[in-house]
Amino acid sequence: MSPAQSTTEKGGWPQPQLAFSRLLENRTLLGFLLVIPAEAILLIFLAYPFVLGLWLGFTDTLVGGEGEYIGFDNYVSLLQDSTFWLVTYNTFFYTIVAVILKAILGFALAIVLNRDFKTKGLIRAIILLPWIIPTALSAIVFWWLYDSTFSAISWSLIKMGLINYRIDFLGDPNNARWSLIVANVWRGIPFFTIGLLAGLQTINPTLYEAAAIDGAGSWSKFRRITLPMVVPLLAVVTTFSTIWTFGDFQLVWVITKGGPANATHLFGTLSFQRAIPGGHFGEGAAISNFILPILVVCVLISFKYLRRED
Amino acid sequence: MHESIWGKFVRFYLPLAVFIIFLLFPFYWMVNTSFKPMKELYNLKLNPFYVHNPTLDNIRVLFFETIFLRWMYNTFFVAILSTAVSLGTSLLAAYAIQRLKFKTSGPTGLAIFFGYLIPPTILFIPLATIIFKLKLWDSLWSLVLTYPTFLIPFCTWLLMGYFKSIPKEMEECAMIDGASRLRVFWSIIIPLSLPGIFSAGIFAFTLSWNEFLYALSFISTTESKTVPIGLVTELVRGDVYHWGPLMTGALLASLPVALVYSFFVEHYVAGLTGALKE
Repeated sequence: MSPAQSTTEKGGWPQPQLAFSRLLENRTLLGFLLVIPAEAILLIFLAYPFVLGLWLGFTDTLVGGEGEYIGFDNYVSLLQDSTFWLVTYNTFFYTIVAVILKAILGFALAIVLNRDFKTKGLIRAIILLPWIIPTALSAIVFWWLYDSTFSAISWSLIKMGLINYRIDFLGDPNNARWSLIVANVWRGIPFFTIGLLAGLQTINPTLYEAAAIDGAGSWSKFRRITLPMVVPLLAVVTTFSTIWTFGDFQLVWVITKGGPANATHLFGTLSFQRAIPGGHFGEGAAISNFILPILVVCVLISFKYLRRED
Repeated sequence: MHESIWGKFVRFYLPLAVFIIFLLFPFYWMVNTSFKPMKELYNLKLNPFYVHNPTLDNIRVLFFETIFLRWMYNTFFVAILSTAVSLGTSLLAAYAIQRLKFKTSGPTGLAIFFGYLIPPTILFIPLATIIFKLKLWDSLWSLVLTYPTFLIPFCTWLLMGYFKSIPKEMEECAMIDGASRLRVFWSIIIPLSLPGIFSAGIFAFTLSWNEFLYALSFISTTESKTVPIGLVTELVRGDVYHWGPLMTGALLASLPVALVYSFFVEHYVAGLTGALKE
């Protein structure tokens, strides 16, 4: 029975109202109406700025003003700018190292947790904390932990007799890069762990038992059963994390502001610096548009795996 | 198969302990520093892992020498409103996409999902020009309007998953009995998906509470700042870092999120894994 028929059976309603409620039973029309509020917000504040950002990259817009079309000038000057190349290197280094570490450690923790124990719920809750607490606020803690004089990390290592100097966490380019990666990994592990744990729990334990009867060791069980079963989920989690890490902003901005000597600037922080305090909207937009190619690749990968799950 | 105690220690307790210490240490440090007097923070002879002379002075500085409470209020205001807007619009959209299956529902669902993946780093500059034209610069309304751009895709995606799990037969039965589509939506779908609506709501609240880049870009007056921005920009003046009040601020500003979280942990886990599986 179609929905339209069901209302006619009621009968006795005033004509205009009946016509209106009949219209509302039309799937296409009702669907269209219900989607409008969400679509309107997303069109004005998501789709339009997305396109506008592409356009701004080709203009010399300054803060609060109208810009002129200047073709590829922004991109040409960026490609001749050694700072931009350093930032490109930083962004790739940061993303690749942090995502790999997050995936390995997050997966390892998921495997450790994939068993029954009394405080499972509590432990899972604790593990998700770094991901829940506002990043800017936990970044402040890392900033303090990385203090050149009063760092508790330096203090402990000196007391243990492992080093005899204070580590200059944020003053040295390489130290600063690794310090930020540690903070990012700390924040990202829970997402991998909880995501992958959901996948691990769907694996039927009889598979492992069967493999054990056939004489499989832990490593081959992991390679032949665990890994293939979680690969689709791992791919989705990894691509999400890659997009977020590649477009990261807050951790870096709070802890180093891109320093020392631009050694930790990412596309996100550099575009912010050029656009908001610097006032060069056009150039800033051009820089953040360099995030797009990676975004497109990640989206295509996640679509492929999300579709497969259906 | 029985595991020896030693095996369980190596494979379970030891790695778990290492991970937990690593993941919780920054929070311990936040609490630890919050209760330390200035003198103690800068005394290298004392063991920093222990608070020797606990004090509440940092809270006093935060409450009476900054407008911390105002920042908290601002953040609440933006988080509640943007969550309400996003939840309302997402409910309708998710129902339409998942259940009405109108002509373009497939592409619409994918487009909304795609929206979730666009990082704010790409959008904040063009958004800044739009906010400027709308004369919303330096107004909290600029955040109420822009936060739904990442909240709606997330909520819609999550709710679609919940709607999918409600048996179609329940809707069909109600419609045979003469209920209209909207009536079915209101009296059957909404009550049955309350846990999902809950997950989406608390997730949206947390996401807006945590937002940083838009608030940093669109707001410049001290009175209009949200908590994360206020702390990071107002408590560091030049080279002077007020570590005590900063840590206390970070701790207090984390509390609302931590409280919401502790009450609804299961919803969070369900929400996160639900969003990934869909």
